[in-house]
Amino acid sequence: MTALRAGWTRGLVELRQSFTNGAELFSHLLWPGLMVAVLFFVRDVSFGGLPLAALALPGILGMNAATGMISMSQQLTADREDGTLLRAKATPHGMPAYLVGKVVSVSGGVLADLVIFLVPAMFLVEGLRIGSWPTLAWVLALGLVATLPAGAVLGSLFRTARAQGLVQLPFIAVIGISGVFYPLTALPEWLQAIGQVFPIYWMGLGMRSALLPDAAVAVEVGESWRHLETAAVLGAWAVLGLLVAPIVLRRMARRESGSSVAARRERALRRIG
Amino acid sequence: MTGVIHVDGLRMRYGTADVLHDVTFQVRQGEVLALLGPNGAGKTTTVEILEGFRARSGGRVEVLGADPARGDERWRARIGVVLQSWRDHGKWHVRELLAHLGTYYTAYATPKIRRPWDADRLIAAVGLTEHADKKIKTLSGGQRRRLDVAIGLVGRPEVLFLDEPTAAFDPQARHAFHDLVRGLADDGDTTVLLTTHDLDEAEKLADRILVLNGGRIVAHGTAAELARRIAGEDEVRWLMNGRRFVHTTADSTAFARDLFARHGEDVRELEIRRGSLERTYLSLVRQAEAAS
Repeated sequence: MTALRAGWTRGLVELRQSFTNGAELFSHLLWPGLMVAVLFFVRDVSFGGLPLAALALPGILGMNAATGMISMSQQLTADREDGTLLRAKATPHGMPAYLVGKVVSVSGGVLADLVIFLVPAMFLVEGLRIGSWPTLAWVLALGLVATLPAGAVLGSLFRTARAQGLVQLPFIAVIGISGVFYPLTALPEWLQAIGQVFPIYWMGLGMRSALLPDAAVAVEVGESWRHLETAAVLGAWAVLGLLVAPIVLRRMARRESGSSVAARRERALRRIG
Repeated sequence: MTGVIHVDGLRMRYGTADVLHDVTFQVRQGEVLALLGPNGAGKTTTVEILEGFRARSGGRVEVLGADPARGDERWRARIGVVLQSWRDHGKWHVRELLAHLGTYYTAYATPKIRRPWDADRLIAAVGLTEHADKKIKTLSGGQRRRLDVAIGLVGRPEVLFLDEPTAAFDPQARHAFHDLVRGLADDGDTTVLLTTHDLDEAEKLADRILVLNGGRIVAHGTAAELARRIAGEDEVRWLMNGRRFVHTTADSTAFARDLFARHGEDVRELEIRRGSLERTYLSLVRQAEAAS
């Protein structure tokens, strides 16, 4: 109980902080802003009889939702480096509350970013209709459950915020083969197969099924929205993440102590100085 | 008076290097114990084992009746740890963070110990009232350190661990901090274990001092007992026939009497320096280093 309540409060405080300081507010606005700009420039391009902007918008939503994984992983590494995690460890129920707080603040941030992107984009892009709110909701929710634990696992594998930066490269590569900006069917089949291993493709597909007219299914793999497969792949990532994350997190937490934080501080200060 | 911390035959080994050999001591309720020793003596390792943050290689350890390696959340709620902060929670405000961390302890209040400590009163106790609404990253080093102490205290711990609490303090902040810790100890409810390499600090704060060197306890007792323990610590200086003499002796009074009896008026500028704890400490560390 303490962990859930304290974690919830913690998450809301962190979420508020991320919208009240310049640097983070900028990053909240930057990506949605860039994506709106991309949609603006492709507004006259079409693919298979449908406007490309309309095809891309749901995929971008799915991709944005998946970036929660990167935030989760970055914040975990940073919090370990600066001793936030050690404080949590020194507090009763501190670790579970810390994690609940992260889930609340990261998913809250993702939802806010989605709204910041979606509202202007809806005015810009024609051919969208929100056909199914329930579909939008479950794909988003399951997508977050599939990606956040994976982000936590990544975050506990990296020891420093600098090494953590490397995660972004494969993430961008995966985005490239996930059919975000153009349909997956435009890629060679072996790349299609790899893209379909990761959650980003399925989150985008689910979003398209909720936001595009039925005719748009023609450009998808197998000409189907494949809801069952979406649920299965995202569900598998979720189960895997929820099984592995507690083990990895516990192992990481066990190693935290005052001297390990002090050692990292010294290393970091040497880098700066 | 009951023992709150029991350490019996504690050993710690990293790879093939032993950093703690058979460390044994006890801390009674309400006592302030200082682990004193040079860097690398094993102080931090000992404290981290007692805090439950580090697994030991051998020996028996008990804090508040439980093995720290298996302490549950209820046990954790009775322990306070003052960590060396760096830049964590920088975006939080002082009062906000203390009030938030306090809520973790509410469930562990007892009729005798009300938990947590009210945030504003705690802030006043550590002298941060003017800074209560500031963002933590804007605090000075000394202010952050006082916040660290407040965080360690927010759950009204029965045992408080302080690892090198005043490293990098200015003299004024150090003085205020000493008053704060003494105040806690005088209430008698909080048992304090602190590590320091500063003898002066150990002497001011601690009821008892444990000198740790090379992973072994080389001496223990009150500051006065430790100062008395080493023979030959008083220093006698005098001038005779144009030459300066220095002699260290356990009984400086008898030595001076004898000196006058033999040389009478030839002895000039006699000066006797009482054995200070500082010299005791240095000689203990030197002895231990010579032995190993």
